[in-house]
Amino acid sequence: MKSEKLDIKKIVLLFCFLFFFSCSSEKTDQQDVTSDNSSPVYGDAFIIASLSDASYLNPVLASDTSSSLVLGQIFNGLVKYDKDLNLTGDLAESFEVSKDGLEIIFKLRKNVKWHDGVPFTAQDVKFTYETLIDPNVKTPYSSNFTIIKDFKIIDDYTVKVIYDKPFAPNLERWGMSIIPKHIFEGHDINTAAANRNPVGTGPYKFKSWQTDQKIILEANPDYFEGKPYISRYIVQIVPDQAVQFLELRKQSLDAVTLTPDQWYAYDSFFKFYNKFREPAFAFTYLGFNMQRKPFDDKKFILAMQLAINKKDIIEGVLLNTGKEAIGPYPPQSWAYNADIPESEYNPQKAAEMLKELGFEDINNDGWLEYKGKQFEFTITTNQGNKQRELTAQIVQEQLKKIGIKTNVRIIEFSTFINQYIAKREFDAVIMGWSLTLDPDQYSLWHSKQTAPREYNFLSYNNPEVDGLYEKARSIFDIETRKKIYYRIQEIMEKDPPCIFLYYPDSMQAVHKRFKGINPAPIGIYHNFIEWWVPKSQQRYFFSDR
Amino acid sequence: MFQYLIKRLLYSIPIIIGITVITFAVMYFTPGKPVDTMMDFNPNITSEAKDRLVKLYGLDKPVHEQYWNWFKRVIVLDFGNSFKDGRPASEKIIERIPATILLNILSIILMLIVAVPVGIYSAVRKYSLFDRILTVIVFICFSAPVFWVALMLMIVFGLWLGWLPISGLTSFDFNELSFFAKTWDLASHLILPVIVSTLGSFAVLSRYIRSGMLDVLKQDYIKTAYSKGLSERQVIFNHALKNALLPLITIIGLSIPGLIGGSFIIETVFSYPGMGRLGFDAIMARDYPVIMGIGVISAFLTLLGNIVADILYAVADPRIRYR
Repeated sequence: MKSEKLDIKKIVLLFCFLFFFSCSSEKTDQQDVTSDNSSPVYGDAFIIASLSDASYLNPVLASDTSSSLVLGQIFNGLVKYDKDLNLTGDLAESFEVSKDGLEIIFKLRKNVKWHDGVPFTAQDVKFTYETLIDPNVKTPYSSNFTIIKDFKIIDDYTVKVIYDKPFAPNLERWGMSIIPKHIFEGHDINTAAANRNPVGTGPYKFKSWQTDQKIILEANPDYFEGKPYISRYIVQIVPDQAVQFLELRKQSLDAVTLTPDQWYAYDSFFKFYNKFREPAFAFTYLGFNMQRKPFDDKKFILAMQLAINKKDIIEGVLLNTGKEAIGPYPPQSWAYNADIPESEYNPQKAAEMLKELGFEDINNDGWLEYKGKQFEFTITTNQGNKQRELTAQIVQEQLKKIGIKTNVRIIEFSTFINQYIAKREFDAVIMGWSLTLDPDQYSLWHSKQTAPREYNFLSYNNPEVDGLYEKARSIFDIETRKKIYYRIQEIMEKDPPCIFLYYPDSMQAVHKRFKGINPAPIGIYHNFIEWWVPKSQQRYFFSDR
Repeated sequence: MFQYLIKRLLYSIPIIIGITVITFAVMYFTPGKPVDTMMDFNPNITSEAKDRLVKLYGLDKPVHEQYWNWFKRVIVLDFGNSFKDGRPASEKIIERIPATILLNILSIILMLIVAVPVGIYSAVRKYSLFDRILTVIVFICFSAPVFWVALMLMIVFGLWLGWLPISGLTSFDFNELSFFAKTWDLASHLILPVIVSTLGSFAVLSRYIRSGMLDVLKQDYIKTAYSKGLSERQVIFNHALKNALLPLITIIGLSIPGLIGGSFIIETVFSYPGMGRLGFDAIMARDYPVIMGIGVISAFLTLLGNIVADILYAVADPRIRYR
């Protein structure tokens, strides 16, 4: 027996050895940093993992991250953020805001062509604007554009947007992708064939979409900022995160988002990968449906906040790859109010507050009753996000300690959004927001943003916050705006719209053969078209015309 | 025989209708209505527009009338449009069929190739060491969680040995490969999912065959055969085997609906674009046209499988005659 065991061990060792040896011999020059200095070459493919398939490949209709992963490479907006978070032109060569903030003039680039060769003009911008404000179009972005008073085409390459009121985030909003007029005109955009076969202006052209398998894009040789070095951009749908990690270890995926436990995995797993970690512009929260009782009472939410230990969640769920949240702005935002203290953890005080609200354990079963009736609520979150699932479980445990009974329900993402969030069919949710860089969060917290597909689905209603958000977006001076956002965070401390749990870090692994990656405040993908792979390390080859 | 067939086919009509009634009822009583989903995509919808949509979809009508309208469309094979992305439900289902059938046929074939000899051998060598080892293996196969086995196989064959791809149906450069490279690419992607989806059914089937064979070996005519001085090989392969394999017909017949059924777990773990993931997603998203489409097709195939099994029985076993 003993000798047999030894043999198996030997064989396993041999295999391991063979595996590592064969890989390292293939890629010996990979660690060679000097190759960074040689000049970039074209070729190879970049394969990025996605947990689910895209819905529409139309930037006006799609709002899911899987779709935007693809759309970001196919389409351009008029403006974009550069690597240091400053707004700069994209399809617009330059732009100019009038002194009173009511007018913006965009000068468009002249040599931009749609992927089918048709020139891009001001007509396309106007068409996109008209589509966005058309009430029959199923877009979640309409409110960003219905506030426009007038839209004028000055000439083929100049447009002028006129607003009723000065609107500070309006420039950022023109980062909205522009769609081609000649493709969509005369078709119902909600069902157009181009929603599955997009034509854009971006660095990559659409090539093919195999439902639930992969979406393949190819480099656009006529891209106005130059042809990208990487020939193919491929989104591979791998619905299981554990399998994604196995694929990464086999080097069949080039970019994978890492979970905190994967981030701390053995170094040998990342032999061929660079890891990138940066604070994400996002927060995760526990939100309550304030149209239901007793969630409409801010005292209830404050009591829940006292009963939840955010540090436990960050330690247990994020393995400390994140920071405790105090409000809707992450620390790297200029609107972040550092004077707001971290919320207190005091279950005893929470229990007292609940008693004042009419919660009491009448039948001595260990669970609190509310006004004489049995009380429990359901925390819903989406499937496939393990952090949220774990957070829900920790919250459930912590609330159990003060006698609040909760159920955890985990639902597939699109159902969750369409059936539960949009219909207000929930008691409590654990969700997160990825934020825009401009601190205007009117659409998240304003009491008018509560239509089915709008974003204040928690139904937060605080007239002072409404007023402040309205005011802040009309002012261009950052210092003045800052004061207003500071004030909003002070109000939200007393009347929280939800329980802000944590600001997560975003972590990913990118294959080491990709050169030219330049981590910046905005992330790593800002200069994707400049990424390249040395000839000797290219893994995939294409017979490009 | 022919008369019997006609009779069976006629009988299956009310059964199919019954199945659609039940499917429709279950769907109707599930919380959430189709039009709600449609309207949730539109933030600016007014209450008049809501009423108009409800009318448009006939949801203001009584249940029996709604069913009748749905039924009329299904007769001409119109299953309606998916609520998720507006594509026809039939198109979404048909798109999945090739990959699903491919996986399932291969696993049925593999299952037969392995399970039949194993079942026979353990019956003939009943309680031998080999039989006992096989029994243990069979029970391990049967009770091991599919997703775990899948991940382990991925680690061993995909990662350590590097012989096979881990997930997916084809490599992304599939279309640019030569014919032989394409075949190998597809085959190598299929090996692990086929093995994993065979494991459970292999265990069950080999047990069936074993007990079928044991029953047959107890029969008098087998003793007669032995007493005539025939060799064991002749007795087993010429006399016993045919009768022992009869239950196989039922099992194969019943696996016909499984051909397009698909398994959600296996398909998710292997990122396999099959019917299981489509069906699961449709149910989770209350995508009624797709759910009803899949439901009707599998009901139809189940009945078909039953009839085929009955016919094959009559063909294989002269003792059975239908009237």
